[in-house]
Amino acid sequence: MTRYVMVADLRRCVGCQTCTAACKQANATPPGVQWRRVLDLEVGEYPAVRRVFVPTGCQHCSDPPCEWVCPTTATRKRADGIVDIRYDLCIGCGACMVACPYEARYKVEKREFAFGDEPTADEALRADESLVGVATKCNFCADVVDAGVARGLKPGEHPEATPACVNLCISGALAFGDIDDPQSRVSKLLAENKHFRMHEEQGTNPGFYYLWDEHP
Amino acid sequence: MTIAGLDGAPRLQRAWDSRAALNFIGGGAGTGLLLAAAAALPAGWPYFPAGILAIALIGFGLSMVWLEIGRPLRALNVFFHPQTSWMTREALVALPVLTLAGLAVLLDQPFLPLPMQAHVPVGIVAWAAAVLGLAFLYCQARILHASRGVPAWREPALQSFIVVTGVTEGLGLLLVLGLAVAPPAWTLTASIVALAARAGAWERYRQRVKLTAPAPAIAALNQASIWVHLLGHLLPAIILMGTLMMPSPAVAAAVAGVALFVTGAWLKFVVVTRAAFTQGFSIPVVPVRGR
Repeated sequence: MTRYVMVADLRRCVGCQTCTAACKQANATPPGVQWRRVLDLEVGEYPAVRRVFVPTGCQHCSDPPCEWVCPTTATRKRADGIVDIRYDLCIGCGACMVACPYEARYKVEKREFAFGDEPTADEALRADESLVGVATKCNFCADVVDAGVARGLKPGEHPEATPACVNLCISGALAFGDIDDPQSRVSKLLAENKHFRMHEEQGTNPGFYYLWDEHP
Repeated sequence: MTIAGLDGAPRLQRAWDSRAALNFIGGGAGTGLLLAAAAALPAGWPYFPAGILAIALIGFGLSMVWLEIGRPLRALNVFFHPQTSWMTREALVALPVLTLAGLAVLLDQPFLPLPMQAHVPVGIVAWAAAVLGLAFLYCQARILHASRGVPAWREPALQSFIVVTGVTEGLGLLLVLGLAVAPPAWTLTASIVALAARAGAWERYRQRVKLTAPAPAIAALNQASIWVHLLGHLLPAIILMGTLMMPSPAVAAAVAGVALFVTGAWLKFVVVTRAAFTQGFSIPVVPVRGR
């Protein structure tokens, strides 16, 4: 079996938002839509307050509430654990958006561009009209992963088979790979480090892990 | 400095707005009215006005949803996922509810030369519509409960409130229609029982949701609660108990009925549009940086 997951090392993330920019460049998402975003959290209590940068987005849950509630079957979990949306089926009802505990889904009513009424060169090339009026979200760059796997590449190791946000992370905070492969980078990171997942109490079994460490 | 939207704080969801709230308002009151109208039939109460109003309310609510979805021309795709989607189930149940209620309205018209009238008692059709209407109402309650991203909706106690207030609002509308044709006497007592049940269901929900919902959601619910207890429970209870001793209570009962309907609708509006804060983000540990 294969289950692709993402690992974010909270000790390494510097909140530079390069992953966010990489995602926007790769997917030409409209203004206000951030499939990969980095939260800027304050944790702890005064005087022991810390600022923590937390990359987030779709957690590709193995028990995804967005899939249960979708009335059209547009949201589907693939055999490799990636939760994807068939945009040609989605009616944009928003049920998945309110079902997601991670605020990972977006819907825009009209096509908008980053700078005024005209698309940038990248937006002209990549912006997809079929993503207007429907729910959208991160799909771990499934087309890139699929194309890479078809070429015999290993997601998480070869950039041609790895999501854009992981490829461009400047601090090496993001990792991607198959958690069911004990030799994958994500498996090793999880084996060697303390980790947690967001809102585990919701029982969604998210596929997005956060590494952390106690005080030295 | 933190960037807006990236501070992880709970925020009001914007996916469902007042149009979604109107579906819960119209669907709840409409199905409640179908139940009340079916129950009133044996006393000789005409089905026509209540049936038409109920169909209009349910249809209005569904049309509001249709206006809200991003791709209305694909609306029929809503039927694709009955295995787990309560929205699909709601849509599937809506068809027979509206059909049966419409048929019952026709059967209740003696001047229409329907050959079925002699063979199909309107009561059976009306009760079939009422029972399926309750199923529709239950689907609506489960739609909210399935919304895991909104603590004020996923609270299980909201389900019983949605069902109970739907029935209460339906009884309230029947009392309003009683201005034209006096409703059976039992509707006054039933309304008192229903409003007491709704007050209890609302308080149970409000107490439980305090444990999980973010502060702004609780504040929105508390703010609405004061007025609804006064105008939606206490006032109509006093009026309805007074009507039990009146020789012709239609006008007073109608006032109470308006209060029951409006306050129920208001509560659902508040729950759907003002208390719908996400749970936000938090991390259970404080990581050490730079290791």
